[in-house]
Amino acid sequence: MADPRDEIVEHLSAMRAFAVSLTRNSALADDMVQDALVKAWTKIDSYQEGTNMRAWLFTILRNTYYSHHRKARREVADTDGEMAASLAQKPDHDGRLQMRDFNRAFEMLNDEQREALVLVGAGGFSYEEAAETCGVAVGTIKSRVNRARKQLVELLQMSDDEVMEATDIVTTGIVTNQKNVA
Amino acid sequence: MKQDRKISSLEQEIEANLKRVYNDIATQEVPDRFTQLLNQLRDAEKASTECKNG
Repeated sequence: MADPRDEIVEHLSAMRAFAVSLTRNSALADDMVQDALVKAWTKIDSYQEGTNMRAWLFTILRNTYYSHHRKARREVADTDGEMAASLAQKPDHDGRLQMRDFNRAFEMLNDEQREALVLVGAGGFSYEEAAETCGVAVGTIKSRVNRARKQLVELLQMSDDEVMEATDIVTTGIVTNQKNVA
Repeated sequence: MKQDRKISSLEQEIEANLKRVYNDIATQEVPDRFTQLLNQLRDAEKASTECKNG
C-alpha cells in the first residue's frame, strides 16, 4: 500500500509560499516548514486518506506558527528587510503601489486576518477549505477576509496619497527648490 | 464615483500583490534541505523498524 507521506514532497513549495506569505520572513518561514514536516511525518495517522493533504499540511504549518514562531516573527518583523527589499524592486505594472507599502499595510493586519487572506486570496483555497484549515466556521473566514481587504484598502489609500506626493521626482524637485528659495 | 474607481483598483492591486509573493515562492525551486529532511525521516524510520524486527 502506498505511503501517503510520499505525497508530502509535492506540497513543499506551497508550504513555503504559505509560510513566507504569513511571516514575510524567509528564514523564519523555512524553520516553520521544517518543524511542520517533522510533525506531519510522525502524525501521519491523523491524516485521512483521500482528503485534502495540502489543507492538512497547512493546518500543521499554522499550528507550528502559533505555538512556536509567532513570537519570533514579532521580534524579527522587518518589512524593510531582505524579502521586502527584493520584492520592492519590482513595482506593479503601473508602478503605483510598491510592494513595500503593501508589506507595511499587510504587517498591520492581525494573524488571523493575514492567514485567511493568504489562503483565499493567494493560495487558491475555497472558503470551505480555508475554514477547515483554520478550524473555524466558513462565515468566520469570510468575515476575516472581508475585514482584511477593507483594512488594507484603507491603509493603502493613506500610503497611496503619500506615495503620489513623494515619488513624483519633478514635484519633489520643485518642492525642494521652493524650500531653498524660501 | 472617482473614489469607487480608486478603491476597486486598489483592491485589484492587493490581490495582485498577495498572489505575487505567494507565487514567487511557490514557483521557486524547493531548497534541498527539505527533500533531504524527508529522506532522513524515511531512513530513520526504516532503520528503527528493522531494529525492532531484527
